[in-house]
Amino acid sequence: MDKPLTGDLLPDGSVLDLAAYERVGGYEALRKVLKEMTPADVLKEVTDSRLRGRGGAGFPTGQKWSFVPMGDNAPTPKYLVANADEMEPGTFKDRLILEGNPHLLIEGMILSAYTIQATQGYIFLRWAYKLAAERITRALAEAYDKGYLGKNILGSGYSFELHLHTSAGRYMCGEETGLLNALEGKRANPRAKPPFPQVSGLFGKPTIVQNVETLCNVAPILRNGAQWYLGLSRSEDGGTKLYGVSGKVRRPGVWELPLGTTIREILERRARGMREGYKFRGLLPGGASTDFLVEDHLDVKMDYGSVQAAGSRLGTGLMVVLDDQTSVVGMVLNLERFFAQESCGWCTPCRDGLPWTARILQGLLEGRGRPGDLERLEMQTRMMGPGNTFCALAPGAMEPLQSALKYFREDFEKLINTRSDAA
Amino acid sequence: MLTQDERNRIRAEAAHYDHPQAACVEALKIVQEHHRWVSDEHLKEIAALLDMSPEALDSVATFYNLIFRKPVGENVILLCDSVSCWIMGYEGIRAHLKEHLGVELGETTSDGKFTLLPMACLGTCDRGPAMMVGNELYRNLDNDKVDEILARYRHPSGA
Amino acid sequence: MATIYVDDRPYEVDPAKNLLEECLSKGLDLPYFCWHPALGSVGACRQCAVKQYRDENDQRGRIVMACMTPAMDGARISIRDKDAVQFRAGIIELLMSNHPHDCPVCDEGGECHLQDMTVMTGHNYRGYRFGKRTFTNQQLGPFINHEMNRCITCYRCVRYYRDYAGGKDLDAFASHNHVYFGRHEDGALENEFSGNLVEICPTGVFTDKTLKQHYTRKWDLQTAPSVCAHCSLGCNTIAGERYGQLRRILNRYNAQVNGYFLCDRGRFGYGFVNGDRRLRQPRLLQDGESRPVSGAEALKRTALLLGRQSRVIGIGSPRASVEANFALRTLVGSRNFFSGMAPGEEHLVARMLHVLRGAGVRTPSLCEVESADAVLVLGEDVTQTAPLLALAIRQAVKQAPRRQAMQLRIPRWDDAALNEVMQQQKGPLYIATPAGTRLDEAATQCFRGAPDDVARLGFAVARALDATAPPVRGLSREERAAVQAIAGALRKAERPVVVSGSGCGSEAVVDAAAQVARALGGAGTANLCFTAAECNSFGLGLLNAMGTAEAFQRVADGLVDTVVVLENDLYRRVGRASVEAMLASAHVVAIDHSATDTVAGAEVAFPSGTFAETEGTMVNNEGRAQRFYQVFVPQGEVKPAWSWLGELAQAAGRTELTGLRSPDDLLAALGRAVAAFEGLPERVAGASFRVNGEKVPRLSPRASGRTAVSANVNVHEPKPPEDPDSPLAFTMEGYPQQPPSPLITRFWAPGWNSVQSLNKFQAEVGGALAGGDPGMRLIEPVANGAAAYTDEIPPAFRRRAGEFLVVPLHHIFGSDEQSAVAPAVAQRSPGPYAALSPEDAQTLGVQDGEFVEIELDGGMFQLPALLMSSMTVGVLGVPVGIGSLRGVDLPARSRCRRV
Ligand SMILES: Cc1cc2nc3c(=O)[nH]c(=O)nc-3n(C[C@H](O)[C@H](O)[C@H](O)COP(=O)(O)O)c2cc1C
Ligand code: SF4
Ligand code: FES
Repeated sequence: MDKPLTGDLLPDGSVLDLAAYERVGGYEALRKVLKEMTPADVLKEVTDSRLRGRGGAGFPTGQKWSFVPMGDNAPTPKYLVANADEMEPGTFKDRLILEGNPHLLIEGMILSAYTIQATQGYIFLRWAYKLAAERITRALAEAYDKGYLGKNILGSGYSFELHLHTSAGRYMCGEETGLLNALEGKRANPRAKPPFPQVSGLFGKPTIVQNVETLCNVAPILRNGAQWYLGLSRSEDGGTKLYGVSGKVRRPGVWELPLGTTIREILERRARGMREGYKFRGLLPGGASTDFLVEDHLDVKMDYGSVQAAGSRLGTGLMVVLDDQTSVVGMVLNLERFFAQESCGWCTPCRDGLPWTARILQGLLEGRGRPGDLERLEMQTRMMGPGNTFCALAPGAMEPLQSALKYFREDFEKLINTRSDAA
Repeated sequence: MLTQDERNRIRAEAAHYDHPQAACVEALKIVQEHHRWVSDEHLKEIAALLDMSPEALDSVATFYNLIFRKPVGENVILLCDSVSCWIMGYEGIRAHLKEHLGVELGETTSDGKFTLLPMACLGTCDRGPAMMVGNELYRNLDNDKVDEILARYRHPSGA
Repeated sequence: MATIYVDDRPYEVDPAKNLLEECLSKGLDLPYFCWHPALGSVGACRQCAVKQYRDENDQRGRIVMACMTPAMDGARISIRDKDAVQFRAGIIELLMSNHPHDCPVCDEGGECHLQDMTVMTGHNYRGYRFGKRTFTNQQLGPFINHEMNRCITCYRCVRYYRDYAGGKDLDAFASHNHVYFGRHEDGALENEFSGNLVEICPTGVFTDKTLKQHYTRKWDLQTAPSVCAHCSLGCNTIAGERYGQLRRILNRYNAQVNGYFLCDRGRFGYGFVNGDRRLRQPRLLQDGESRPVSGAEALKRTALLLGRQSRVIGIGSPRASVEANFALRTLVGSRNFFSGMAPGEEHLVARMLHVLRGAGVRTPSLCEVESADAVLVLGEDVTQTAPLLALAIRQAVKQAPRRQAMQLRIPRWDDAALNEVMQQQKGPLYIATPAGTRLDEAATQCFRGAPDDVARLGFAVARALDATAPPVRGLSREERAAVQAIAGALRKAERPVVVSGSGCGSEAVVDAAAQVARALGGAGTANLCFTAAECNSFGLGLLNAMGTAEAFQRVADGLVDTVVVLENDLYRRVGRASVEAMLASAHVVAIDHSATDTVAGAEVAFPSGTFAETEGTMVNNEGRAQRFYQVFVPQGEVKPAWSWLGELAQAAGRTELTGLRSPDDLLAALGRAVAAFEGLPERVAGASFRVNGEKVPRLSPRASGRTAVSANVNVHEPKPPEDPDSPLAFTMEGYPQQPPSPLITRFWAPGWNSVQSLNKFQAEVGGALAGGDPGMRLIEPVANGAAAYTDEIPPAFRRRAGEFLVVPLHHIFGSDEQSAVAPAVAQRSPGPYAALSPEDAQTLGVQDGEFVEIELDGGMFQLPALLMSSMTVGVLGVPVGIGSLRGVDLPARSRCRRV
């Protein structure tokens, strides 16, 4: 099976330098595109490949690019930003490529930038990825040296400057408009949409923000064609996907598999099932801000449509497994605390609702649960539902809670203190 | 006072962006690299360099988790407290660290060697519990491993 | 126009607005926090949620934020929908989860938007049972009190202070539910418009510290519509009193003038009304000693001085009302009535009026300045001399970038999006002044020069705009480049405005501004905005008084027996020696509210009322005549100046003022006597005006009424005072609903106790007050006629060795006579100084803080040097009204040396 994202990674975890990357066909796509294809051609190829965003929201990539104003009257400069913030708890996929094959990202970025005729790019990297930062810095220097970046790339007349920006740590920096504010040296509050970044983004100019994994698919697509890419997938959308598992499984990790591989296959074949003495109770399919799935869902295919039909989201595609010896309420509390801490503080439901939610959960665990607490939690999930908050952080935070209340309600109910002296 | 080197680096960063303000997070990080934290005095100096008010800069500085506006120890321990690590035994590691160092989360040891901070997901969930000490990442932690790591920082010569 | 359906009822709305604005405009109650009509929408608080439906068949709908949703044709929403109601109550509950519920001890209580909204959403029982976060408060200076625990994180304060007013030292810190609004460290808020935080903050975080010192609940304040007495803009205010003390000033919305805001001088400068310098009883000066006497005794004495035989002149005042000035003019005769302005100022005011009543220019209201898309400021430090004009200009520079942003089809109200799209872009603003100003940071380009060079720049811009204007010779290359840039920007603009005034004391500058405005042409467009020194400078200017200098000349020539000085400290107008000569050679009768030096030297002094204790009309820089009403009955023998004048005349057996027994009488007579005031008397709601047959109450229906405060004197409830002079009553009785706009005594509507009730007083939210904004413009350009250019262009400024051109520098806190003594304002006033460029300082060999000596008007003044890098070389700036340097006509040349 083709593994365009990870197939070339070195088994010892060291990085592919430019020469090694070129040996496995690196920058061929770039040469080909700059010589033979117009931006519109590239856009068509990517659209045909049915590549969808791997950052969590799953928006079709080609369609997103098509919103960028093109032509001589389009505002300049235009920007392309790689979202390498990866702070979603339970998610550790982008790190793999960033550390192992940064040129795959860089080539993908040049190609994507070319498509929208962006001249400036940033890799927005989270602070904790120190090794990745080092390796990206080196790779950027190599690419500049070789003329893949900078002015007049490979004599094509097209120029693109790419700069590494490391953040100072906040989950909100991953939200694309929060990221833009962070890049501008501001508080990473989200921005109002519309206008969408494609039209008015970084410094008020057209900007595309794309997840690292998404961008890493671009060079392989252009090298091998959309049909090839569609053929990799076991779902209606194209390509492979980085899937991963953490929790009490035998072999936690991350694997590149056809899009649409079932949960069971990932859990049982790749992660080798539960550890000795632990039983499976459920999982978050794609990071901390997705709804729990349970035993019944093990045969669900991990693609955008199927997970949605099962009542959750593909999200980042990295699963967190809940076992029978871990407290559900404790796990949800951990998640809600994270979200409460990471709330930017802009809108009321999230800023004040999440800490309250966390405190109710904590109360439950400390034996101070009261009748009405579960109804209050349910009310919070409605208050912070999609559309009710300014950005998607809080609705994401509500997904594990609302599904836990649905699937594991008895765990919560057990903790309600109904004795009269509890008050 | 900021050193000439810090000033130069800050100015160089500012040159990458349309508005000098866009380099402010970088500038804070540069100063923090030198001094471990950003004092009020330094904050004002950076603000002046970037043509910002101290308020505007502090507004940004206090927003981010990893800009320290209070003194920290020689080594900052960032212990991942997010979901996968929590499942894998974060609380035990935390208890051990607290006892070993004699501090609560957010505090610095009396010898100034360590500051213990909780941190959101470090992106290495398949190998939790995890923590960073300075720029180094440590994973699959257990109590013995923690002791061994801390010993290395305590007696750098022996490492 | 578009039709929207709210709970199935159709409403005609403006599709360029959002649903929240339109619902409020239609009188529907919808709670909100982060939205403000002047700040636009950002969608942060999520309080204004409504259900929106796709069409009639959509039963489910979805929650949207009304403030972030355009009022599009056919939109269907529900305010009453169960989910929406629950959601809104839920938001309040969340907001209150960290709020301390300290309403009984909170200064905001009773006029708190948070209280109102809490009641409106029906959130009654607290579900939150956990601990609350607490913050440490900051010392923010003499104006604003800080109580962060009450914060509901609506972000209005920073959006107003930083984004709207250009303040730098207030921001949001930290994140999640620890967001903190304040300064980086303790210290006075630096922005000149900080006081508006009091009204912008929907709860009790930022409150009026001066009110706190003599706190009274809103409903116990006796309030009346007033007009600010501290600069020539005439912002509309509501002044509130209790127990004989003025307790606070609030904004009184006037869409054409001050909109939603006041400056800090206007808001916190009222302390002089309660000050210990007040004159509360007449005084006589005998044998060098001043003693308090009864009114009767003082009148008896004055009768002799004003007798038929005596030769009497009157000196008016730019800080006294039109009525008081006219009463004096009537008493002494127009040929014996002198303006009392400083001679230089007097000349400039006349000049400005002449320009504005000529052809080819029109003066804009502040509201029109706000919508200007290119501004040229000549010679004026507007932040200091006409503060709210600076705030308007700060909005004007957003016009051009906003227009660009709107091409992305972002609606005007969408502040969140506009900010991101506009980033730090600014429209054209050019400032030419002798020294740096606070507005410079918003400017495209600044030009520094002596007043003559500022004027030359202006004349050259006029020439660049219109080749028939006279040329300016000998400009430097930089000057020529600046001229081209300025002319280009003004020409490109749709609504350019030139701003100037008497601030730097230069006639050439005023003429140059007029020249630019004329060259811009486009008759009918408001393009020339002048400012003058005081609240009624222009009103007095319209009275065609004689020149102040001549008054002193006549006294010196022995042609005068008695001088009546109306609310004027002459020491601020002319040199000390002149005043002393006048006091020595004529009988001086002074009428004033405070014990000025002139009062101290006068033979007889009568205590008059301040703006809060009298009623009258003032004319602002736009030529807008505005009436202020008495707020309370003063203690002691304080009476309105016009009233004393009437009594004086009567006591002296003079008949000039017979029959002029009220402001209405005086105004009517004025309308007949002076053409500029024609039509005004009919427009003013006089004493006989009634709404539904009733007077308008100054007290709210909820006033506590009877109190025991004077029980130690008399246990009987005193009869409430009557007010024969105005349509207002000193009680809570009267017309219970909204009065006509000029008579608004407070903003209140059922369910809306805070200033946000203003929404209910406007014809539409953010627009004119229902029934029209108060005031009447008296100054309009002549309809047609050619604009004539002047060719009196001054030569370039030449410095002479060892000599400086001394120019006046104004201070919002300290330069205005009345507000300067208010304790809060006094704390913010600078001390005396002589500002000079570092270059000149070096030549003189002085360091910052060392003393220099200058000679002006024959007097020697020693002042500490203040090194100002923005000061023009060869020019030296001294603060107006601060320190011993008073009554000197500036600019003037002076030698200067190190002490
Ligand atoms: C609170 C929040 C955090 C997010 N964090 C990340 C992140 O760390 N990395 C990422 O790629 N996308 C993240 N996203 C999604 C981005 O907003 C955006 O959808 C994505 O970067 C678009 O790229 P894609 O289309 O390639 O997926 C986050 C979204 C939210 C609401
Ligand atoms: S939901 Fe609101 S408070 Fe939460 S992160 Fe988004 S904007 Fe900030
Ligand atoms: S949860 Fe700890 S590294 Fe992800």
